[in-house]
Amino acid sequence: MKITVNGTVQEVSAQTLDAALAELGYGDARVATALNANFVPAAMRASQSLEAGDQLEILAPKQGG
Amino acid sequence: MPVFYETEIASPLMLGTALYPSPDVLADAFRRSGAGVATVSLRRESAGGGDFWELIRELDIPVLPNTAGCHSVREAVTTAHMAREVFDTDWIKLEVIGHADTLQPDPFGLVEAARILSEDGFRVFPYTTEDGVLAGKLLDAGCEVLMPWGAPIGTGRGLMNPYGLRTLRAQFPEVPMVVDAGLGLPSHAAQVMEMGFDAVLLNTAVAQAGDPAAMAEGFALALRAGKLAYDADPMEPRDMAQPSTPLMGLAVLE
Repeated sequence: MKITVNGTVQEVSAQTLDAALAELGYGDARVATALNANFVPAAMRASQSLEAGDQLEILAPKQGG
Repeated sequence: MPVFYETEIASPLMLGTALYPSPDVLADAFRRSGAGVATVSLRRESAGGGDFWELIRELDIPVLPNTAGCHSVREAVTTAHMAREVFDTDWIKLEVIGHADTLQPDPFGLVEAARILSEDGFRVFPYTTEDGVLAGKLLDAGCEVLMPWGAPIGTGRGLMNPYGLRTLRAQFPEVPMVVDAGLGLPSHAAQVMEMGFDAVLLNTAVAQAGDPAAMAEGFALALRAGKLAYDADPMEPRDMAQPSTPLMGLAVLE
């Protein structure tokens, strides 16, 4: 199915958020996730199912002031 | 040294991590200044990142994640939750931006977000104005630190409203206060401390200097000078000249 990952449409076969992260190459990366603008804690990713058209944000530590 | 939410930090210099010419220069600036807190953000990650987090861990000081760029309460609250997980801290520098050109805080959204986050267990550091009524509402919402601006973010203009800041300082003498944003020179930071504030938060003035590490040290020294001056109870300015050398014993030579 197609979902939008950080603003770019991508094809994923994973059905859950944690599987999608692995499939997209994030593995054990230190990231936080939001699905359709709602925060999904790391502990909830395995039970968070995905649907076509979902908007996924994957954020990481960056420079800031 | 300043104490925020029961945590004492090692320096009144809170330093941003953006806009440096290189990671090495960033690390130098932190080392040479002894900055007490590093501010950080969350942004989209492409797979394979992670170097920045290692760099920050090596600084070995508390991190203060921000909600920079958030214009709504919902964005700021969601960003704060994501930051708490990634940075493993309940500290959050709360920015709810009200205007894209001035980057001034949206006071109404700020109070609402501060209340929601405080109830969710966050330790909120609100980026606010020098408005005393707004400050009172932020304290009522659960904030135990205030961060009034010196000038709009990134302008380097120094304190636009020293009178307003002095009034705010006097209105809430027990509340730890950080002047955040708009500082350009160490003299601005010294002025902040001379007025009795607890710390400054800055980024651009150091990161965009020709020699960021030297400028960072300059700020650290100015903060120390300003704090010493405040604690030393400065003289009152006066309008008329007053000789400092005694007149008693002056020779008659005419």
